[in-house]
Amino acid sequence: MLSQFIGHASGKVRNTVERGAVKKFAEAIGDPHPLFIDEEAGKKSRYGQNIAPPTFPRVFDYGTIPGLKLPPKGLIHGEQSYHYERPLLIGEEIECYAQVKDYYEKQGSQGKMSFLVINRFGNDLDGKLIFKVEQVIIITEAVRREMTV
Amino acid sequence: MNRTLAQIETGESLPEITLEPVTRLDLIKYAGASGDYNPIHTIDEEAKKAGLPGIIAHGMWTMGNLAKLFTPYYEDGFIEDYSVRFKGMVFLGDTITLKAVLLEKSENKLYFQVLAVNQHEQEVVKGKVVFSLYH
Repeated sequence: MLSQFIGHASGKVRNTVERGAVKKFAEAIGDPHPLFIDEEAGKKSRYGQNIAPPTFPRVFDYGTIPGLKLPPKGLIHGEQSYHYERPLLIGEEIECYAQVKDYYEKQGSQGKMSFLVINRFGNDLDGKLIFKVEQVIIITEAVRREMTV
Repeated sequence: MNRTLAQIETGESLPEITLEPVTRLDLIKYAGASGDYNPIHTIDEEAKKAGLPGIIAHGMWTMGNLAKLFTPYYEDGFIEDYSVRFKGMVFLGDTITLKAVLLEKSENKLYFQVLAVNQHEQEVVKGKVVFSLYH
């Protein structure tokens, strides 16, 4: 049903790794480590700067993939993975976008389950990859039926 | 002072962390910090409408917490790969314990299995971390 979106991507969106957002995020995951939130600790670290926790890219704007509409409710988050070339530095500007990597269906005991695999990317301003996120979303048959218009 | 990660041997674990029981405020804070306002994580009636017995934690809240096992070691290296599967739901009042065990090491990489379990020893998040060491 969503297979026609495989390979489709959003336009690139410029994001900043914001100090306040990182602090709020680090506190929300119970990890307010000085390396994330204390400017002095960041300067003294090997990074010369504060860094963001690895799951922080949840907060960035990745744009929208034209035509891909997912229901706001009823989706199950199945898997999540992050790949980093290096940690994200506070204050740096990055370009983010999303792309549909795969879509497939499987017959399960609860009916047909659909799996949507979305990649999200963060590049530096020279276009060099910093991180790549992969998310597997499970769409149950009941939700999928509502999506079919 | 923590010993450096490079000294850890295969089969050894990082110090475990047991979180305080999950509260609604934890999830409201995560919703605000992450921008994930799906109401099944914060509003009882919405969770019930979705067929759940009560609100559940964002999977990403648990995944975010789990990564803190590695935070003391960022002078030694960084998390190059972190992948998990969400295996079970986390409810209000659940007590989550975070674990990491070293499966394998090479010259500059450490391969960990990471795990979050609830108070019944059920796995809620399970995955892997590849920690890349600086030289």
